[in-house]
Amino acid sequence: MPLALIILLPLTGACLPALMRGRSSLLLASVSAIPALLSLLLLLSWLPHVMHGGEAIVQQLTWLPSLGLNVSFRLDGLGLLFALLITGIGCLILLYARYYFEGNDASARFFTLMLLFMSAMLGIVLSENLLFLLVFWELTSLISFLLIGFNTDRHAARLGARMSLVITGGGGLALLGGVVLLGQAAGSYELSAVLAAGDRIRAHEHYGLMLNLILLGAFTKSAQFPFHLWLPHAMSAPTPVSAYLHSATMVKAGLFLLARLHPALGDTSAWFHLVTLTGMLTLMLGAFVAMFMHDMKGLLAYSTVSHLGLVMLLIGLGTPMALAAALFHLVCHALFKAPLFMMAGFVDRATGTRDMRRINGMWRFMPAMMVLSGICAAAMAGLPLMSGYLSKKMLFTESLLVTAPDWAVVVIPAWVTLAALFSVAYSIRIFHNVFFNGRPINLPIWPPRGPRPAALSPIALLALATLLVGLAPAPVYSALVQPAFVAAHQALVDSYDFSTLGGGVPMAMSIVALIGGALFYHMRDPLFRLHARLPEVDAKEIFDWIMRSAIALSQRRVFQLENGSLQRYLAFILLTVLVLVGLELMGVDHWDGGVALAPLDPLTVMAAILLCLAAIGVAIYHHHRLPALLLLGVTGLFVTVTFARFSAPDLALTQLMVEVMAVVIMMLALSFLPQKSPKESSRSRFYRDLTIAVLMGIGVTAFSFAILTRPQETISDFFLANSVPGGGGTNVVNVILVDFRGFDTLGEITVLGIAAVAVFAFTRDLHLKERVVDTIPGHWVAEPHPIMLSTVARLVLPIALMVSAYIFLRGHNLPGGGFIAGLITAVALTLQYMAGGLVWAQERMLTPFRPLIGAGILIAVFTGLGSWLFGYPFLTSAHGHVRLPLIGEFELATAMLFDLGVYATVVGATLLVLANLGKLMTVAGPGKEIG
Amino acid sequence: MELLYAITLGVLTTCGIYLLLRARTFTVILGLTLLSHAVNLYLFASGRLVAGGPAIIGLTERSADPLPQALVLTAIVIGFAMTAFVVVLALKAAVELRNDHVDGENPDEDRA
Repeated sequence: MPLALIILLPLTGACLPALMRGRSSLLLASVSAIPALLSLLLLLSWLPHVMHGGEAIVQQLTWLPSLGLNVSFRLDGLGLLFALLITGIGCLILLYARYYFEGNDASARFFTLMLLFMSAMLGIVLSENLLFLLVFWELTSLISFLLIGFNTDRHAARLGARMSLVITGGGGLALLGGVVLLGQAAGSYELSAVLAAGDRIRAHEHYGLMLNLILLGAFTKSAQFPFHLWLPHAMSAPTPVSAYLHSATMVKAGLFLLARLHPALGDTSAWFHLVTLTGMLTLMLGAFVAMFMHDMKGLLAYSTVSHLGLVMLLIGLGTPMALAAALFHLVCHALFKAPLFMMAGFVDRATGTRDMRRINGMWRFMPAMMVLSGICAAAMAGLPLMSGYLSKKMLFTESLLVTAPDWAVVVIPAWVTLAALFSVAYSIRIFHNVFFNGRPINLPIWPPRGPRPAALSPIALLALATLLVGLAPAPVYSALVQPAFVAAHQALVDSYDFSTLGGGVPMAMSIVALIGGALFYHMRDPLFRLHARLPEVDAKEIFDWIMRSAIALSQRRVFQLENGSLQRYLAFILLTVLVLVGLELMGVDHWDGGVALAPLDPLTVMAAILLCLAAIGVAIYHHHRLPALLLLGVTGLFVTVTFARFSAPDLALTQLMVEVMAVVIMMLALSFLPQKSPKESSRSRFYRDLTIAVLMGIGVTAFSFAILTRPQETISDFFLANSVPGGGGTNVVNVILVDFRGFDTLGEITVLGIAAVAVFAFTRDLHLKERVVDTIPGHWVAEPHPIMLSTVARLVLPIALMVSAYIFLRGHNLPGGGFIAGLITAVALTLQYMAGGLVWAQERMLTPFRPLIGAGILIAVFTGLGSWLFGYPFLTSAHGHVRLPLIGEFELATAMLFDLGVYATVVGATLLVLANLGKLMTVAGPGKEIG
Repeated sequence: MELLYAITLGVLTTCGIYLLLRARTFTVILGLTLLSHAVNLYLFASGRLVAGGPAIIGLTERSADPLPQALVLTAIVIGFAMTAFVVVLALKAAVELRNDHVDGENPDEDRA
């Protein structure tokens, strides 16, 4: 039977109440109880195996082996003990919630979360893989957050939820770090391997860090000092949540983890000091504060803190039977604390308050509950014959067995006796104050109506269990605790002998605690007055202060980096590039790769100098925008020349056309934007930017020189060899574009189309009428449409179109093709716009530019799809020879159809951009949209 | 020749980046154009500098590497589309924010 089922049952079962929103709590509780009970039964079926000392059962599923993350489950004594507590008490809590939520419409969410929580908690105790365990660990934190904040409309609930999430979530992060270290030290994240590698782990160089991180995770979860803050604030949760998560189960996860990892990490001096001292502090602090709480749930919360500290202390102690005592007390605590919470919830509902100064004398109204709570409170106080009596005496016995260090020999026994005294006092207090102590004072609900008898059933069952453990500890111990003890030790250990718990010093310590506690309670009034005079330390305020300062600090840090200046961000990015690439380039030992350099010729040198001068000119004169733009055009032209010089006629043609169009567009923009850039850079800013730019330039020069002088390895031989036989064209560049890499080209024309349509969309509702700065200055439009230009333009148009057709057709074999032909057509038509004006051109031209773009892309796509018809992959081309009169024989390939698509897209996109930008600049304003 | 080419690339990059770091949108567009020239030339040169050998079968003995050329060709056209788009963005920003500072607000002094 897969162990995963135990976890999956409540997980999937959580859907059931979620699907029944708004139904009665009886139905919801019954539905939720099914998966919980099934899980409990499954667990019980394993009990005989575990009880008789059977091997740990490990079931494994590989998930991410490279990370060491597996879905693997483990069931041994320790896991089973906790799993039984989780499911057993969980079922009783569901029963309790059925009464607690009677008449509450929102309870479906509660039941869903409760089952999810049960599943997550079972995941923690049944995981074999530590990383897998962590996933569940975080889940419990999250669900606890949701449950504490269950009453989302209450500020205190939201605050408490946030606080618990910050503290337990932060601890979870620490735990993650610790577990990763642990897994690396052990060489595996599987518990079996980790537990067996104890010696290696303790000798590991990171043992200290690992231990601290893991303890941080466990301490935050189990509310140990000083992380106990969140637990009292979590009491704003509905009472079933407090009883389940914050006393019986979740807060014990930290204890579980330490008991679990004890063989791997435990029994060192660091372990003893950290765990025991933290436990001692928490034990005393919780017991002391609990004594003075007036809020019922507050008292129980601090008492829980104190008991968690007690178990923590025992886990750290390291005496032979300490772990057995710890586990035994943990069971006892879960059994008596949960019903006390349930009682508090009912009393709260019945009286409308949780203030014990007002709730008095409830025995008149709820006699049955008085009896049951009495049993539980007696167990908490450690009265003889009660479960708490046994576990306290086990604690005393163990505390006396400590032999080292010196201080501990006396301090620990005295310390635990004093804490026990406090716990007697607060146990008496919650019982006596609620049920006796005179009459109720000014209750919001009068008369208080106790719950119906049936509602007491979960309390009764737990009280019965408490009695049972107290009266017959040995069978309970040997069935549940002993296997857990063995699993926590990973070695065969003796069973606890309850007959030795007779008299002697532990007995005396118990008596001192009982009498002292009773006396303490008796003299409570002066003590309360004394306590009220103590300066009040509100943990919440400290927490808030820490949170506020943390937020303020991070905000300052963020604003120091992010001040909203794009220039600054860009500078940061560039500096990062400089540093990262610079560091890499440092490693290059010879820049000259050794390939023979091509000889220089004067013309090229001249062109290069002019190119550089033009570029530098743009940079220097950028404040004067028009001259700078003209110089930019010059650089473009020289780039064109460079392409031509180094055997790239297609590139040269493309660059030439693009340059024309780009300058025209920028001119259009400039007619609207300010003509000058203000000089506003400070001196230091200027030098900073210049330094970055020059360094980048040097870097680019260095590595491009390094690349250019190294031997080349290229994959182009394939293209050169297959261009004619495979693609049917001799212009390899064009064949690559429309054939070999046709899919890329398809993507690129799509991008082009999208950009053009985006420009169209932007210009559509752009109203330049609200011009910002100097309106179109007079000298720009001295002569709107010069007569010479318009005459020549009209003559040029047919010639240009013919040239573009020619370029298009020959493109497969000689420089040319769809891109270039498209750009030529676009330039020719742009010339008409410029020469005749927008209106003039509009009247004489068809302008369905957007359909043209769409058609172009569709032609290209369908050409590609066409090859499917013949059973070839997308974009396979076919070709044949065609003879046209006058032009002669040329090859016609399906690639040409594809190129036609490219041509249409380029023409459409370019003109769409241009016409719409031009339209903005007309004096008449936007008018009808173009394209 | 290679050294000269590399230096030219460096100069283009320097000017482009310097302009990119200026505070006005139009200047940034100028810088972007120069930088894309530099990038295109760089990509093109990764096929090495070959004089007098266009990648046309049967024309010359030794031909230039056609693959970078094909890539750069589309890069040029897309670069144009991008320029157009940035220009419109700049116009739109200038209209809506009433200034042409890259941060959308006209600072009295540099924010750095």
